[in-house]
Amino acid sequence: MSVKNKEPYQQAYYPPVPTGFTRAMRNSLLWQAWRFIAINLKMIKLIVKSHS
Amino acid sequence: MARIVILGAGISGHTVARYLGKWVGRKHDIVVVSPKPTWNWIPSNIWVGVGQMSEEQVVFELPPIYAKLGVDFRQARGVSINPEGDAAHAKPFVTIEYTDAARSGQTEAIEYDYLVNATGPKLNFGATEGLGPEDGYTTSVCTPQHALHANEKLQEQIAAMQAGERRTFVIGTGHGMCTCQGAAFEYIYNVDHTLSEAGVRDKARIIWISNEYELGDFGMGGVHIKRGGYITNGKVFAESLMVERGIEWITRAAVNKVEPDKIHYEDLEGNFHELEYDFAMLIPPFAGVGLQAFDKQGEDITSRLFAPNGFMKVDADYTPKPYEDWGKDDWPRTYQNPSYPNLFAVGIAFAPPHLISKPMQSANGTPINPAPPRTGMPSAGMGKAVAMSIRDMLAGKSDRPTHTASMAETGAACVASTGSHWFRGTAATMTVFPVVPDYEKYPEYGRDLDLSSGEIGLAGHWMKAVLHHMFIYQAKLKPGWSLLPD
Repeated sequence: MSVKNKEPYQQAYYPPVPTGFTRAMRNSLLWQAWRFIAINLKMIKLIVKSHS
Repeated sequence: MARIVILGAGISGHTVARYLGKWVGRKHDIVVVSPKPTWNWIPSNIWVGVGQMSEEQVVFELPPIYAKLGVDFRQARGVSINPEGDAAHAKPFVTIEYTDAARSGQTEAIEYDYLVNATGPKLNFGATEGLGPEDGYTTSVCTPQHALHANEKLQEQIAAMQAGERRTFVIGTGHGMCTCQGAAFEYIYNVDHTLSEAGVRDKARIIWISNEYELGDFGMGGVHIKRGGYITNGKVFAESLMVERGIEWITRAAVNKVEPDKIHYEDLEGNFHELEYDFAMLIPPFAGVGLQAFDKQGEDITSRLFAPNGFMKVDADYTPKPYEDWGKDDWPRTYQNPSYPNLFAVGIAFAPPHLISKPMQSANGTPINPAPPRTGMPSAGMGKAVAMSIRDMLAGKSDRPTHTASMAETGAACVASTGSHWFRGTAATMTVFPVVPDYEKYPEYGRDLDLSSGEIGLAGHWMKAVLHHMFIYQAKLKPGWSLLPD
């Protein structure tokens, strides 16, 4: 079975697949620079809460 | 002057050693025992496994680092623990067997005032016939040497596909009770990325196989995250990435035998299947390294100190109970052994009270469920907490541990590479808090939804690269290392 066919009722038919825009944003330097900061802030929050 | 012996120099053991070395190294004797003289940043073994990094980039020699800290390093493996001493030793001691060339096979008894068991896992390839790179047919990314071998085999497959042949890749877990699905998850996407970069992805069939009930379980029972205006289980995102990358998946599977060209597995319904393959990377199940224990009279007390799987008992609630009665208080907080207060176990070496994921077994009674993960962040957290407790106990501030690091009260951040490249790469960054769900504090989903998250992007890849350099810098005790998060 080729998952590219996405036959009804088969495994690949139901999960969400990212749009072209979503995929482009994953490698957009500007957007990912912001996400890098956001991820770091979230991790710091997680570390602080884990140690408190 | 007291002596603290640390068995193991992995992420957890080395964390104990560097903090104790910093805090009490001048006043007390610290001994680290490890069978290999190197420290390995295990998360980057994935990249060794696809030829993106060399072995030298993920390991460094420990003896010079420990010399800097005044820590006595012995290249040896732990054999047995005598927590009460014996006829010849009034103090407790650990027996070690040297593994360095000069003293290979020689044993020595080292007395201790505190012992930390940070021996990590035995990679139990023997649990599945035909599993593993040494005596079997599958590859592994658990050690740098295994990862180098995996890349060698991967490149052979790429060469065959470049010559026009088609190939099948199977990646996942090699037993019904494995943990470490995250490592296999990372590896499958890096293989996919590598094949795409080599221009042969269209000639490859890639299949995921695991013992998870659903994708995205990772041994934690899965996690819910807020995304796109919904609270969604990670299963949806894990499946999404599989479909996006054209990867098939098999879950609820217990691999029970591997042949050179076929993987045999059982599913939850009790049916048996065969899966043909050309290249397979299957994570082995973990067990304790096989330490034994003896009392003062020399009687074997291994079962008092260790669970049947070889992991050391600590301050967890090991009372057998049904899944519905599991709670956060079952999980250890101080990692102190209940029988001997100067004995601790951290990282993968401690015995979890039970799974995190719901136990499942096939119609034939075969357990098919992931074991609990002990990833880098919680493991380092445990190591630091135990170091702080021992420091305080040595200083007479308390006669019991002063710091805790329960997996039901701490979180984890995991960055799973899905393809390495400074501009074309991506990684899935996941945070979860707490690791073990706490339904008392978070009744709906067991976790803090503000701190449990997931996203895929280039930022994640940059994060993973930064963490690689940062944790190696920290482990090498470079200037300011103790200011960096563990």
